[in-house]
Amino acid sequence: MSSAHAAAAAEFVANDERAHWHDQALWFVRSKRDKQAHSLPEWERLRELASAIKLHTMSHLPALLEQFEANATRLGAKVHWARDAAEHNAIVHGILAEHDVRRVCKSKSMLTEECHLNPYLERHGIEVTDTDLGEWIVQLREEPPSHIVLPAIHIKKEEVGELFHRKLGTDAGATDPKYLTESARQKLREKFLAADAGITGVNFGMADTGGFVVCTNEGNADLGASLPRLHIASMGIEKLIPRAADLGVFLRLLARSATGQPITTYSSHFHGPPPGGELHIVLVDNGRSRLLGSEEFRRSLNCIRCGACMNTCPVYRRSGGHSYAVTVPGPIGSIINPARDPAEHNSLPYACSLCGSCSDVCPVKIDLHSQLLVWRREIVARGLLGRGKRLLMKLTGAVLRRPWLYRTGGRLARFGLKYSPRWLVYTRLNPWGKQRELPEPPKQSFRAWYAKHHKRD
Amino acid sequence: MRIGLFIPCYIDQFYPRVGVATLRLLERFADRLPRDAGNGAAPQIVFPRQQTCCGQPMANAGCVADAAPVAELFTAAFADCDYVVGPSGSCVAMIRKHYHGLVRDEAALAALQNKTYELCEFLVDVLGIESIDGKFPGRVGLHQSCHGVRELGLAQGSERVLPDFSKVRTLLQGIEGLELTGLDRPDECCGFGGTFAVFEEAVSCMMGRDRVADHERHGAEVLASADMSCLMHLGGLIRREEKPIRTMHVAEIMCEALRIPIDV
Repeated sequence: MSSAHAAAAAEFVANDERAHWHDQALWFVRSKRDKQAHSLPEWERLRELASAIKLHTMSHLPALLEQFEANATRLGAKVHWARDAAEHNAIVHGILAEHDVRRVCKSKSMLTEECHLNPYLERHGIEVTDTDLGEWIVQLREEPPSHIVLPAIHIKKEEVGELFHRKLGTDAGATDPKYLTESARQKLREKFLAADAGITGVNFGMADTGGFVVCTNEGNADLGASLPRLHIASMGIEKLIPRAADLGVFLRLLARSATGQPITTYSSHFHGPPPGGELHIVLVDNGRSRLLGSEEFRRSLNCIRCGACMNTCPVYRRSGGHSYAVTVPGPIGSIINPARDPAEHNSLPYACSLCGSCSDVCPVKIDLHSQLLVWRREIVARGLLGRGKRLLMKLTGAVLRRPWLYRTGGRLARFGLKYSPRWLVYTRLNPWGKQRELPEPPKQSFRAWYAKHHKRD
Repeated sequence: MRIGLFIPCYIDQFYPRVGVATLRLLERFADRLPRDAGNGAAPQIVFPRQQTCCGQPMANAGCVADAAPVAELFTAAFADCDYVVGPSGSCVAMIRKHYHGLVRDEAALAALQNKTYELCEFLVDVLGIESIDGKFPGRVGLHQSCHGVRELGLAQGSERVLPDFSKVRTLLQGIEGLELTGLDRPDECCGFGGTFAVFEEAVSCMMGRDRVADHERHGAEVLASADMSCLMHLGGLIRREEKPIRTMHVAEIMCEALRIPIDV
């Protein structure tokens, strides 16, 4: 009965102490988010507003993107269009090669993770340093982030100490976060000073000004983009908002939802290149326009990548980001990744108990759990649900649609459960009974009791 | 007036006590509904025997073609009822929120969705009951099921910034001797989730154990819910680990408080 996610999740859960540590760390973030959200009486109104602005943007996306391009160009930026990850990587590499860049500093960008830019550039002889501390930790460990806002949330400070000792030469056995952070800071400073170009993501692009905003807590985007002459910003086409005036709505929601801060430490605005510098903006589709064309999944483009759905998801917290085997994991990832490749990611829509917490926590009101349910239908319609599960559901449906068969089946099941020896019931083929008892079978069903007591009707 | 008793398949087969408790509660309070305008007859509670299941197991797995005939059967079974009342938030949510596309007759579907209620919701919203009298000595931990809270709106979920309320709590909190214990995580999922419980067995069981532990930390002796499916899962974990905490459907608690015998 297991699938890709279920198998990886079971492995994560097997380490009970660590799984609980992970769960608690993320629940702490969810609690901080609650506190911040409850500090704003207008919270639900803000969510409504943000959702409406995003839906408006998506229904006018082509025109707004062109407006953004025109205004950004007027400010002196160069705008590029990438259909997919390969085009994005080629464009970025082209710009870097043209400037003979050897070393790049990159701030956190899930889009460049999605496009696998780092390995691409490294293959072309360019050194890339992820300058967000969490991202740098996972880069040094040569693994992908496990969370979009907290990339190294799955790693304990002892492991960071050990990693830094090995890679950066910090003291052996050091675990003090302050010491480790300061050491990373010093090393990163050398990287910043040596970089020939900076790459950043984009949190919000504003169509009416052509400017964009990058939110960080470490100021690393600012250093990376300001020290070298060349700044490349990779931007998913859904990161657009119509007006600079709309920005306040999103900035108030983003950090509160993401980490439970009123606002990120830095909200850096970029309006064209600095004097003597160059600014390139790469607009990336990579499957987004396919979502835009889908009535049922369009709302997923509202996403501002705050990660709140991950922090609240009881499954994500207990299975870890890597169990999803994608760049964007959790509830939102379980919608956008199957859209890219349903066969590859067919287990993700099922990595969910349909509790609905994600939909209620989402600052832009994406109906996440409903979309996950729609994805399950899609998976079945495309014949991508495992044979065993499909057969089980067919059988269940066949019994439940026939009242006589249901009554008989129920009687047999209760009888079997009552008189079968334990070893026959609690087998490996019974995943329910691995850690749980089955219900104790009663003498009679409700309907049998009712029939005895209500002979009239 | 006919109140159709909706007893979900697993309650019918494994928890007849919950079905009987539901019936007895409706019998006790049905006189709050108006009598028939024509013949003055009292409201009648019926159990349509053609009902089997709401179809949720198949629908939640994405197998809509297998769920549709079951949903049709359900709709037809309750066609001549004025109300449909069931002791399971999740199954009621299935009918109210997820029957579109499963039932062909749109008018019949709309009628069904408008007349279907979860038991506590029916007691509070339709029958206007503000509290239950009687005694139930014990420390009760209330498990608010996800579909009850987030799909049916039986309570305000902790994610939303809106005034707090809970219909189930409203019914329980006036019972003498019943002490509602708290929770660190007021409405986290128990991990049942229908087929999720077997498809994602490891995570499901960890979620369940965490819920039970939260209730234990707050000193609950009874783990109560308006959703028996959550309790089937949590009870299964509790019994396997032989924990000194018992599960009860809120209908059973209300019957016990009101000294209504559950005669099954």
